[in-house]
Amino acid sequence: MRPRNPVMAALRILPFRLTRVTPRLSCPFSCNSSPHRALSVPERIEEKRRAALLGGGQARIDAQHRRGKLTARERILLLLDPDSFVEYDMFVEHRCADFGMEAAKNKYPGDSVVTGQGRINGRLAYVFSQDFTVFGGSLSGAHAQKICKIMDQAVMVGAPVIGLNDSGGARIQEGVESLAGYADIFLRNVLCSGVVPQISLIMGPCAGGAVYSPALTDFTFMVKDTSYLFITGPDVVKSVTNEDVTQEQLGGAKTHTAVSGVAHCAFDNDIDALLNLREFFNYLPLSNKDPAPVRECSDSRNRLVPELDTIVPMESTKAYDMVDIVHAIVDDREFFEIMPSYAKNIIVGFARMNGRTVGIVGNQPRVASGCLDINSSVKGARFVRFCDAFNIPLITFVDVPGFLPGTAQEYGGIIRHGAKLLFAFAEATVPKITVITRKAYGGAYDVMSSKHLRGDANYAWPTAEVAVMGAKGAVQIIFRGKEKNAEAEYVEKFANPFPAATKGFVDDIIQPSTTRLRICRDLEVLASKRQSNPWKKHANMPL
Amino acid sequence: MAASAFLCRAGARQPLQPGVLERLSVARECVTRVSRWRWCLITSCGLHSTVYDPNEKTFEKLLIANRGEIACRVIRTCKKMGIKTVAIHSDVDSNAVHVKMADEAVCVGPAPTSKSYLNMDAIMEAIKKTRAQAVHPGYGFLSENKEFSRRLESEGVAFVGPDMHAIQAMGDKIESKLLAKNAKVNTIPGFDGVVKDADEAVRIAREIGYPVMIKASAGGGGKGMRIAWDDEETREGFRFSSQEAASSFGDDRLLIEKFIDNPRHIEIQVLADKHNNALWLNERECSIQRRNQKVIEEAPSTFLDPKTRRAMGEQAVALAKAVKYSSAGTVEFLVDSKRNFYFLEMNTRLQVEHPITECITGLDLVQEMIRVAKGYPLRHKQADIPINGWAIECRVYAEDPYKSFGLPSIGRLSQYKEPLHVPHVRVDSGIQQGSEISIYYDPMISKLITYGSNRAEALKRMEEALDNYVIRGVTHNIALLREVIIHPRFIQGDITTKFLPDVYPDGFKGHLLTDSEKRELLVTAASLYVAKQLRAQRFLGTPRVSVIKPDASNWELSVQLGDTTHSVIASCQGSTFLVEVDGINLSVTGEWNLTSALLPVTVDGIQRTVQCLSWDASGNFSIQFLGTVYKLRILTKLAAELSKYMPEKVVEDSSSILRSPMPGAVVAVSVKPGDMVVEGQEICVIEAMKMQNSLAAAKTGKVKAVHCKAGETVGEGDDLVELE
Repeated sequence: MRPRNPVMAALRILPFRLTRVTPRLSCPFSCNSSPHRALSVPERIEEKRRAALLGGGQARIDAQHRRGKLTARERILLLLDPDSFVEYDMFVEHRCADFGMEAAKNKYPGDSVVTGQGRINGRLAYVFSQDFTVFGGSLSGAHAQKICKIMDQAVMVGAPVIGLNDSGGARIQEGVESLAGYADIFLRNVLCSGVVPQISLIMGPCAGGAVYSPALTDFTFMVKDTSYLFITGPDVVKSVTNEDVTQEQLGGAKTHTAVSGVAHCAFDNDIDALLNLREFFNYLPLSNKDPAPVRECSDSRNRLVPELDTIVPMESTKAYDMVDIVHAIVDDREFFEIMPSYAKNIIVGFARMNGRTVGIVGNQPRVASGCLDINSSVKGARFVRFCDAFNIPLITFVDVPGFLPGTAQEYGGIIRHGAKLLFAFAEATVPKITVITRKAYGGAYDVMSSKHLRGDANYAWPTAEVAVMGAKGAVQIIFRGKEKNAEAEYVEKFANPFPAATKGFVDDIIQPSTTRLRICRDLEVLASKRQSNPWKKHANMPL
Repeated sequence: MAASAFLCRAGARQPLQPGVLERLSVARECVTRVSRWRWCLITSCGLHSTVYDPNEKTFEKLLIANRGEIACRVIRTCKKMGIKTVAIHSDVDSNAVHVKMADEAVCVGPAPTSKSYLNMDAIMEAIKKTRAQAVHPGYGFLSENKEFSRRLESEGVAFVGPDMHAIQAMGDKIESKLLAKNAKVNTIPGFDGVVKDADEAVRIAREIGYPVMIKASAGGGGKGMRIAWDDEETREGFRFSSQEAASSFGDDRLLIEKFIDNPRHIEIQVLADKHNNALWLNERECSIQRRNQKVIEEAPSTFLDPKTRRAMGEQAVALAKAVKYSSAGTVEFLVDSKRNFYFLEMNTRLQVEHPITECITGLDLVQEMIRVAKGYPLRHKQADIPINGWAIECRVYAEDPYKSFGLPSIGRLSQYKEPLHVPHVRVDSGIQQGSEISIYYDPMISKLITYGSNRAEALKRMEEALDNYVIRGVTHNIALLREVIIHPRFIQGDITTKFLPDVYPDGFKGHLLTDSEKRELLVTAASLYVAKQLRAQRFLGTPRVSVIKPDASNWELSVQLGDTTHSVIASCQGSTFLVEVDGINLSVTGEWNLTSALLPVTVDGIQRTVQCLSWDASGNFSIQFLGTVYKLRILTKLAAELSKYMPEKVVEDSSSILRSPMPGAVVAVSVKPGDMVVEGQEICVIEAMKMQNSLAAAKTGKVKAVHCKAGETVGEGDDLVELE
C-alpha cells in the first residue's frame, strides 16, 4: 500500500457529521441545474460530499428503509463509536463508459460502497459497507478497489476488517472488470486470513461469486429475513434442476445457521446484528501480532463453583447441558456462542477468564450424546484454527462417547472430516487446557485436545471415564459375551479417572468446584508459552 | 422484645442462664456489629432459644423419613442434641443437601415418591440396617400414616410424633369432630353421616342455617366442596357430593355444615408429652392461601385479642388431652369476622410453618418433639410461653405466580443465594446453588422467615430479604410474596382466606409502578447500561495499536419499558450517575460490582437492591425491581431512531398450537388428529408436582397433529397438540 495521499489526509482532518447537512450549503446545490453558473472548487467539493452522503438518493434510501434495512452509512454509524469513522475514497467514481453509464447522472461519488476505519469500544477496525441504494450495491472495479485499499491497510496496520455486505452481485455493465474486482478481494481475503480477523455481516442479498468473500472470512453473520447467500438464486435453480425453492429456504439465515453451517450466527434485524457485532469484536485481538485481549474483570479468579460438584448426573446415560458448565466457569456467565444452531453436539464460542478472551470447545451431551460426527468435527476444527491463529487460549470440555457410527457418516467421509479436528488441535500452539467431565472414549478421546496432542493442562473430574469404549461393548469384544462379571470388572478398572491419571495422561484429578480457579491460574502461567511447529510452507490439512 | 431474637440466636450456640440474658442484651448492638458474619451463620440455624443439655440422655441415632428443607431442619436440631442422623433419599436426591448433612444416608428407591419416600418396606429396611432408634417423619409423606407408626412400634423404634391412636382419631374428619365436640371444642354447626335424600339434606341445611357447605366426608381439604345458599342449591350440592362420595371414595358419608363467610385460617400450636401435660404455643395466622395452600404465615395474628387467644389455646389443649396427644401438633380453626372460632382439623405432625412459632416463643419444636418421644416431660409451664415480637414466613416456591397464583416450574438453580446478610432472617431450605427442582417433589425452594420486635419491623425486613434473595434458573414467586406484604389490606391485617382472589380478581399481574417508581427504574436501568458500556471499553495492558476511548460525557439513550419509550440523558462521574428522564433530574449512586447478582442502588436518597437477571448486546435488560421483573430495552438515541425502520417480526399464532405451560407428565390426551374441538374444550391433562392441569383449546378448529401421548414427560413450551 502506498502512503496515504493528500486528499485522504485532508479528509481525516476535516471533521464532518454524516447525518448533518448544513442548510447554507444545500442552497447552491439545489439550484445547480442552471448550466451557466460554474461552481468554485470548494463548492464542488461540498457538492460531491453531499452527494456521496446521499448515496443513491432519497427515494432509494426510503426504499431501503421500507425493506427493513438500514443504509450503508447508518450501519457504519451504529457499528462504530460515535464520531470515530474516518472515510476513504469518498470521491471515487466508477469507470464504466458503456450502456450509458458514463452519464453524469449515473456517477455517484464513492460509488456503491462506503469504506474507512473507525473504533469499536476504542479499538481500531477497518470497515466496508456496501450501498444497496447505488446500483443495488453491485460490485464495480472501483468498488472493489476501495475495498482492497482498506484491506491492504488493515494488514499493514494490523487491525480487523469488517464487511457489511448488501450487494446485488457483479456490475454487469462492467463485465470482466467486475469479475477482476471480485478476484482482487478474494486474493486479499486469503492473504489476510490468519493475519487480521475478518468478519462478514450479510445484511442483504449476496449471490454468485460474491458469496466467496464471506466464505473466506473468519466469521459470517447474517440478518434474519433480510439477508440471503447463494451461488444461484431460486429462478436459476428452477430452470436448471426444476426445484421450487424460496430465497429464504435456499439461502436465508435459518438455512445457513442450522443446515449448511455457512453462517455462524443470525440476528433479528440490522440493529441487533450491529450491536452484537460490537460485542463480538471485543473478544478478538486486532491481529496475529497481538495477544488475546484482557478486559477489566470483576469476577474473582479464585471463585469456587460448588454447583459443578453435582452437575454431572450419577447415571452415565443421563444427559446434562455443557453450556451450564461453561456459564458457571467463565467470567460473569458471558459466553458468545458461535454456530449455536448447527452441529449442536459440539459447542464452540468465546468467553473470558479473569478478563482474558478464551475459546471454548465442548462436547454437548444433550445432543446426540455429544458424539463427534462430520458436522461437529468441521465446526470445531475451524474454530480451533481461528483461536490458534489469533493467540486465543483454548479450553476444552470433554464428554464424548466417540465418533458417530453408520453408513451416512462413513459415506460422508467422517474419516477425513474427523481428521480436521484432530489436525487442528494437534497443530495448535496456543495454551490448551482440557477438562474431562465424564466420558472420553476411543479415538475421540485422543482428538479432544488430549495430553498426547500437546495439551498444556489436562484435568479429569472425579466422574471422568477414559477408556477405549463403554464397558458393555468392551466386554463383548474381550470375552465375546461369555463372561458375566466382566462388565463390572471393566467398569471398576476403566470407568474412572485413574487409568489416565496413573499414566500421566491427565495432570490432575480435580474437584469440579475448583475448575475456574485452576484454569485461571494455568492461563496466567501459560500466557508466556512459546511453542512452534517445524518450518513448512504450510501444512497439508485434510480439507 | 428485640432481646428475644438475640436470645434465640445465642441459645443456638450454647446454653444460657436467664441471668446473663439481660447483660447480653445490652451488649447486643456492638456484638452484632463486631461479628455480623458469624451471627448470620447462627441466625440461619434457627431463631430459637433452646437449651441443649448434653447430659440429658437421648436417642443415639435418628432417621429422618423425609427430604428437603424439613429433613435439614430436623438434622440441625439433632446435631445440637448430639444425635447421629440418617437420611433417606431417592436416587435423584443422592446429592441433595439433606443427604450431605446427615451422618449416614440410605437410598430407598427411585424418584417417584410412592417408590421411595412412601416406600415403607424400604424405609423399615433402612432403619434396621442403620440401627436408628427413632424416626422423625417431618411433614407430608408418612408423617400422618398410622400404619407406619404401627410398624415402627412393632419394631421397637420410637416415632417422633403422636401415637397411632391420635393419628387415627384426628385423621378422620367425622371422628375428629366428634372428639372435639365431646372435649367442648367449638365446632362448626353441621351434620356428618349418611344423608338419605335431597329432602333430608334440605332439612339439615335449614336447621344449620344458610349458607351451608356440602362435601364428601372422606375428601380432604377443600376438594369437591360446594356452597349452598338456598334449598335449590342444597339439592344440587347433595346430588354432586353424594355421587362423588360414592364414586371417588367409596364412602357414602356426607358433611353438611355452616359455611363461614370471610373466614380466617388461624391455628394453634400445641405441644404435649406422655405425662398428660399439654401446652398451647400461641397462634399462627395462615389466611394468605392459594388453592388451599398456605403462602404467607405470621405469628401472632393481628386479629386475636388475648381473650380469644386464650380461649382457642385452652380448647386446643383440651382436644389434645382428649386424644391423649403427645408431641407437637396443630389445631386448625376457622375464625369469622366476629372472632367466633370453629375447629377445623388437627394436624398430628410438625407443620411447615412451625418456625414462626419458634421465633416468638423461643422453643425448638423439633427438640421438644424428640424429648417427648424419648419420654421426657415438658420443661415449660403455660405461663412460660411468651409472645416475643413478630415473625413472618413466606413460602418461596419454584412456580410462576402469573399463572393462577402459581404453576410449578422446574429447573436447575444456576445461581442461588439466601439473604442471610439481612439481620433477623432465617431461611429453612434444603437446596443449594446447582440443585435441581424436579417434577417429582414439592416445588418449595425455601421458607423465608423474618423476625422483628413488632410487625412493621418484621415486614420491613421481609421486603429487604425478598429483594436480596438471588434465585436464578427457575421461575419463583417472590414478586407475589412481595406484593402481598406491601399491600395496604395486608398491612392493616385485613385478610381472609380469599385474600388473593379478592385482591387480584384477574390474576396476579406483578407490581404496578407509580410514576416515581417508574422513574427510579428507568434511571437505574440507564445507569446500569452506561456502566456496562463503560466497562466494555476498559482493556488492560498496553495495546500495540493505541485505544481511543469515545468521548462519553453525555449518553443520550432511549429506554423502552412496556409500551412506552422514554428519552434519557445520563452522565457518569465515578459511581454516581446524573440521569435526566422525562425532564426530571435524578442522581443514581451504585458502587456496582457488575459480576454480583445484587446491585444496591440509591436513587435520590432512596436505597434499594435491584437485580439484573439478564442483559444482552441488543440492549434487552431484565431487571428485578420491587420484586417484579421488568423487561426494558435500552438503545442509544441513534439506534432507537433507526429502529423505526426495522421490520416487525411476525409472531406465530400461538392459539393454534397448544404448548405445555409447565414441565410434567402427560396423563391423558383426549383428542386425535382430525377431531373437531371447540374453544375451551379439554385437550389434554398434564400432571406436575402433584397437580393435574387440564389444558383447553384456545380456539375452535380441527386437530392437525398430536405430538404427545399419555405417560410421556414433556418440558415447558413443548408442543402438545396442533390445530389447523
